[in-house]
Amino acid sequence: MTGLNRREFIHRSVKAGLVSASALGVGWWLHDTDPPALEPSTEALGGIPDFSKTSDGGPAMAIARGTDRVAMVRRTLGALGGINRFVRPGDRVVIKVNAAFASPPAISATSHPDLVETVVMACIEAGAADVVVTDNPINDPASCFRLTGIGSAAEAAGGRVVLPTADRFAEVTLAGARLIRDWPVLVGPLAKADCLIGVAPLKDHHRSGASMTIKNWYGLLGGRRNVFHQDIHTIIAELAALVRPTLVMLDAVTAMMHNGPTGGSISDLADTNTLVAGIDPVAVDAAGAEILGRRLDQLPHLQQAADAGLGILDYRTLNPLDVP
Amino acid sequence: MRLVIVRRICQAFFLLLLIWSCLVTTVGDRWFELRGWPVSWLLELDPLVGLATVLTTGSLYKGLLWGAATLAATALTGRFFCGWLCPLGTLQQMVGRWADRRRSRRARAAGRQSHPGQRIKYLLLIGLLTMAAVELARPLVALLAGGGWIPIGAAILAGLVMGRWGNRSWTVSAGWTMAVAGGIALVLGVMLPGHRLLAAGLQTGLLDPIPLVYRSVSLVVLPLLAPGAGTIVVGGGLLTGGVLLLVLALSAWRPRFYCRYVCPLGALLGIAARWSLWRMGRRDTDGEACTGCGRCNHHCEGACDPADRIRWAECVLCYNCRDDCPERILGYATPPSTTGEIAGPDVDRRKVIAAAASGAILLPLARLGDPLGVGWRPDLVRPPGALTESEFLNRCIKCGQCMRVCPTHVIQPAMLEAGVEGLWTPRLDFRLGTSGCQHNCIACGHVCPTAAIRPLALDERMGLGPFTDTGPVRIGTAFVDRGRCLPWSMGIPCIVCQENCPVSPKAITTRTVLEPVAGLDRLMVTRVRSRSIDLHLPPTRRPLAGGDYFLVGPAGPKNALRIAGRQADRIELAGDPALAALRQEAPAAVHVRLQQPFVDPHRCIGCGVCQHECPLRGRAAIRVTSENETRSRAHALLAGAGLPPTKE
Repeated sequence: MTGLNRREFIHRSVKAGLVSASALGVGWWLHDTDPPALEPSTEALGGIPDFSKTSDGGPAMAIARGTDRVAMVRRTLGALGGINRFVRPGDRVVIKVNAAFASPPAISATSHPDLVETVVMACIEAGAADVVVTDNPINDPASCFRLTGIGSAAEAAGGRVVLPTADRFAEVTLAGARLIRDWPVLVGPLAKADCLIGVAPLKDHHRSGASMTIKNWYGLLGGRRNVFHQDIHTIIAELAALVRPTLVMLDAVTAMMHNGPTGGSISDLADTNTLVAGIDPVAVDAAGAEILGRRLDQLPHLQQAADAGLGILDYRTLNPLDVP
Repeated sequence: MRLVIVRRICQAFFLLLLIWSCLVTTVGDRWFELRGWPVSWLLELDPLVGLATVLTTGSLYKGLLWGAATLAATALTGRFFCGWLCPLGTLQQMVGRWADRRRSRRARAAGRQSHPGQRIKYLLLIGLLTMAAVELARPLVALLAGGGWIPIGAAILAGLVMGRWGNRSWTVSAGWTMAVAGGIALVLGVMLPGHRLLAAGLQTGLLDPIPLVYRSVSLVVLPLLAPGAGTIVVGGGLLTGGVLLLVLALSAWRPRFYCRYVCPLGALLGIAARWSLWRMGRRDTDGEACTGCGRCNHHCEGACDPADRIRWAECVLCYNCRDDCPERILGYATPPSTTGEIAGPDVDRRKVIAAAASGAILLPLARLGDPLGVGWRPDLVRPPGALTESEFLNRCIKCGQCMRVCPTHVIQPAMLEAGVEGLWTPRLDFRLGTSGCQHNCIACGHVCPTAAIRPLALDERMGLGPFTDTGPVRIGTAFVDRGRCLPWSMGIPCIVCQENCPVSPKAITTRTVLEPVAGLDRLMVTRVRSRSIDLHLPPTRRPLAGGDYFLVGPAGPKNALRIAGRQADRIELAGDPALAALRQEAPAAVHVRLQQPFVDPHRCIGCGVCQHECPLRGRAAIRVTSENETRSRAHALLAGAGLPPTKE
């Protein structure tokens, strides 16, 4: 090749010009004189759906006595107007169990599998299209659902277990809240659900006094949620505002009286032979506190939730139905 | 004037400019410490800084626009930056020329011949840029994962068909590209979701010559040589300086070794110059005028074979060939060399793919331990204003400007403290600095050329004015090690940490206790006088009369009497011994009044002044870790802290 003809020169000039102009153009287009934010802000949800159905005027609370959880669930549900009052045919139901620890049901640190199985079955019988059992446990989730017996119970009754994978969390900011701000919450299973049923065991809790149906919502939080132990009553009261369930059940057939919330020995347990079900978690927990032998002034979070108008503390005014 | 002289003057100017830029990057009120010098201008001129940060962040920060100008000019004129501006090139050229003096002409020419290894720099560039760019594929992969495997499968099939049966070269290559890209997307998006294989980060700073030469001057040369710099302590000197020495030593062996074989910036400019309007080359018609003397090779800086088919991507426009040619047949003009030229870099597709794949896989490997997530390093304290670690690593080019400007030199280059990725990134070392991070200093963020350290306003840093609600910028939290703290573990008064805490009200508070002194707590009074007592005092080096020590008698610690003086076994008291019920043969104990420090995490900003001042200079008894740093919510220590107050 010798010399350079005009055609080649024009070709090369155009290419050189394009490279040069695109360097300047792209640079100018992407030029940003503002420094970035310290931490990129995320869009938080304003809350989770409200699952409560309190306007129907039916009974608010039922208390069953006995030792057979299956029969007790049936009796309380019947007293409250039947499962159909809460679950309509075609509904998608989420059951939030307490599967916090990878420990066997005999320890009573987690929701009892019989209870879970019966509730799932009742929902299926009511015509639920989908029954999801979920929790964000403290120990390894898969191990928790397996060793507590909750997983196999739920699946035996026709439900399915949803594990708390990272993609199922979204950041939530609860209006007026001090702690639940831009905080990851297990909203994945809840986003398209029609009903939310809380199923919790009655347990002593060293930090908060008691772990009952409202404290059970702690298991919907993600992230390093244990920072909230610095302000445990506030977070429980905020959870009462964040989560408005269709129905809650407090299992006090065998209550963990001390050494909670993990327990570890059957000597921590007592046969209190009670199951409380209701649509007002504050009232249900107030009844539970009585069974556990706690005064309400030992459980400030219940008072705070009641003061915020989230429920009735004096549960007897709700005329709980006794179904012995 | 000969053009090589002009070039040398230009090179000298930019070398001096570099040294000047580093020299004046200090905080103070001497005349040369004026604020506003464009001390990062050479870094901003470096288009690799701009390009790599564009790939990692999608934006071109402030002065980095200069890099676009460099790139644009290079596309028209060739690698003038390498031959005329780059201070590292200048230093290498000087060493190379000096080393060549003792060589024979033949050896000289041999050292300046092109070598296949010169393609390594392009592969390094491609690897580093791929490393910076892979996360750009995230939206695409997410899209594909959302649509399942069908569209990808269809793309792979179509690609295979086109690749196998296409009858034009472009359909064949496009087909294979589709099949391979589809396969990668299938693996990433459908078979291996979770984006773990797509981790991007900025590592061009490792090899980019401008950051390299900045940090070498700032962290090694100036601390060694600058007047009055004898007190500057900088860690990692052997590695930082060793790299520079190695670069220079290799340039003595092969002139401009780094430029030819390693430099990713040179590679980028070589690619950009592919179609430049002007180029070096032979200007003799039909190649007749050349006598074949080979002198043009004797001082060729780029090893670009000017007499043969010139490798234009390698030419650094040093102009030595033209200067050396006795026939004056070499020159810079629009036509290509009359003996032909190799315009682009000497790499083939296979090597490019291998380099890109290596670049893409290294960071996912480095991040298997999740150093930006659960595997974060609490001992890594970044300067105030540093972005969240992943964003920080997407911008930091390891130039050392923040370390140079830091008035206390508490900002030190990380070796492995920030992980392999964090080599030469800034970390706070409260032992090496002359103090902690100064409460009212915002210098580092204002010299950072890429905003890896965000430029803070003083009000923002201090949490004043419009920033009252968000509070001051915290870089960590101090924790008291009660096993090492003198008042906590050894009964010795101290609280230097509390005294030096710059936060107001102080983040370190104290509780006062009266504690018995071991060995002096079972004494017996032998004689009582009006303001003193005698007792059998075991030998002790404690300054009992210093004012912190008390004698406690049977009346208990509440009635302790301050020890006012001591002579052998006689102890003078600041009160009547009877007040403490100290009678003859009564038991007595020496107590010490201690103030034991506590940290209030709501107030602590992690400046580390306490750690620096702690008298335990080995491992301080109060140490800052990055818990609760403002830049990361994941490292929050306190429930609800640092969030705006609720509107109720």
